[in-house]
Amino acid sequence: MPATKTAYAPPAWLQALPFAGVFALFFVVPLLFVVMVSFWDYNDYSIIPSFTTRSYVETFEGCYDRLPELCTILKTYLSTVKFCLIVWAITLVIGFTIAYFLAFHVQSVTMQMTLALICTIPFWTSNVIRMISWVPLLGRNGLVNSALINVGLINQPIEWLLFSQFSVVLAFVHLFTFFMVIPIFNSMARIDKRLLEAAYDAGASGWQTLWNVVIPLAKPGIVIGSIFVVTIVMGDFITVGVMGGQQIASAGKIIETRLNALQFPPAAANAVILLAITLLIITALNRFVDIRKEL
Amino acid sequence: MREGRPASFYWLAAFFGLFVLFLYGPMIAIFVLSFQGPTGGMTFPMNGVSLHWFGKLWSGGGIVDIKSAFWRSLQLGLTVMLITMVFSVLAGLAFRKRFKGQNLLFYVTIASLIVPSIVTSLGIALQFRLFDEAVKAYAPGFIAESYTTAMGIFTSGLGAHLTWALPFGLLIMFAIFNRFDGRLEEAARDQGATPWQTFAHVILPVILPSLIGVGLFGFTLSWDEIARSSQAIGEKNTLPLELQALTSTVTTPEIYALGTVTTGVSFLVIGLALAAILSLRARQARRGSDAGKGML
Repeated sequence: MPATKTAYAPPAWLQALPFAGVFALFFVVPLLFVVMVSFWDYNDYSIIPSFTTRSYVETFEGCYDRLPELCTILKTYLSTVKFCLIVWAITLVIGFTIAYFLAFHVQSVTMQMTLALICTIPFWTSNVIRMISWVPLLGRNGLVNSALINVGLINQPIEWLLFSQFSVVLAFVHLFTFFMVIPIFNSMARIDKRLLEAAYDAGASGWQTLWNVVIPLAKPGIVIGSIFVVTIVMGDFITVGVMGGQQIASAGKIIETRLNALQFPPAAANAVILLAITLLIITALNRFVDIRKEL
Repeated sequence: MREGRPASFYWLAAFFGLFVLFLYGPMIAIFVLSFQGPTGGMTFPMNGVSLHWFGKLWSGGGIVDIKSAFWRSLQLGLTVMLITMVFSVLAGLAFRKRFKGQNLLFYVTIASLIVPSIVTSLGIALQFRLFDEAVKAYAPGFIAESYTTAMGIFTSGLGAHLTWALPFGLLIMFAIFNRFDGRLEEAARDQGATPWQTFAHVILPVILPSLIGVGLFGFTLSWDEIARSSQAIGEKNTLPLELQALTSTVTTPEIYALGTVTTGVSFLVIGLALAAILSLRARQARRGSDAGKGML
């Protein structure tokens, strides 16, 4: 039709340009700067554009000599990865159970959506507020301690409830289980219920159905949720800071500390290391599923 | 089909109930505690009931300059919301066709979600720092003398928030256009509509309710953002950053009152968005096609 040929239809690349521009300007170029500056020198006042591996060398200083004893950076990463694994395992179990309940035990779609929405609403509230909301419960004079004292189980308040590794893990689970529930629920909702009936008719037990039918089919959701949780916990410095009483070291906290001291090159070097380790974990997860295919 | 509910249903339902209690319990605690009396503390039991701490927040007597942080966050959130809606729709339309670098753009977008926020934040901070130094060193004297920094809420801060909000926007657009019936456009084209007319009169009205959802996402992601803002925002803080700084210094229920207020704003925005979505849906149902509903 010649009439419409003359009408101007913008080409696809032009439509994608503003979007792509934001990521080029505020994501790709900044990442390149991080890598570049991680190889720069610095003094107390400024960063000096000359190539050096000083930031990396200083980050790993003494790591080799002191083996088998771990140096600070390795200890910090070990503890970060440990947090990551614990939080990942807990959010996975809770998220999977909740999603399973919603997808297979709640019958009406409206009810499913309502209950899923109930799990989502707290996500709309600031993370810091959700963190400090544990203070009146877990603090020295908090609800938990006073309840335990009144019941007579303990004589003195338990100190490790707040500003401890325990409270950090608790806050992570509280904040980010949402990231597990929604993708897993999404995957499960697509599973054809007749498959479960078929498994039942073929004589599979509940666990066998779960292990051989549900889990393999829910894998994309599990992986996407895991990627979110792993990335957030690996890079976090806010939850660890607020809930750990600024006492617990983490990979993200190292970067923040360096930045507060205006030491940009070491901060950048640590960012590169953090990025590399996070990407390693994600690549390992990604081997199980092709994310692009699942979207 | 098996009859009745299996025992596992009740176990799982109980588990779900506990989970919801776990999610909401602590938050409800601080909402209640924010209505403490003037002599009340950070924990239960309540020491009287009052609006004292909200009043203190409003008068600015206690915590410094929360009001301007509040407005800054609100303005930034609304800007992020608008840009996310426009850019995501454009990109969503582009991704329905083929263009060079399509896969690259997709993977960069996903990477932006995966790269730890502090790394992105640091990168943007470095970028603006280097830019500032370049301007001071090489710009003509009259600029360089008065120049301080290009960093700010609506430059580096906005960029940082967009790298967080836009990926979600694009993913939602994928979901929207997956469900979009392409025959509607073909019909419009066959009637001789220009591409712009097709977009304005066919595509946009159909996707508008979901598009409001995209904007809602953009707003809340920006409104509560800390990690990306932490280094990239410049000298003036957003509300969540102020709040984070206050957690270690403020020991009165005023901080709970602040929490209640910001949560209230989140819920207000969500409520408005949902109302808009519902009214648009109703309008679509009213004014939509009557095909197949009988004669004439």
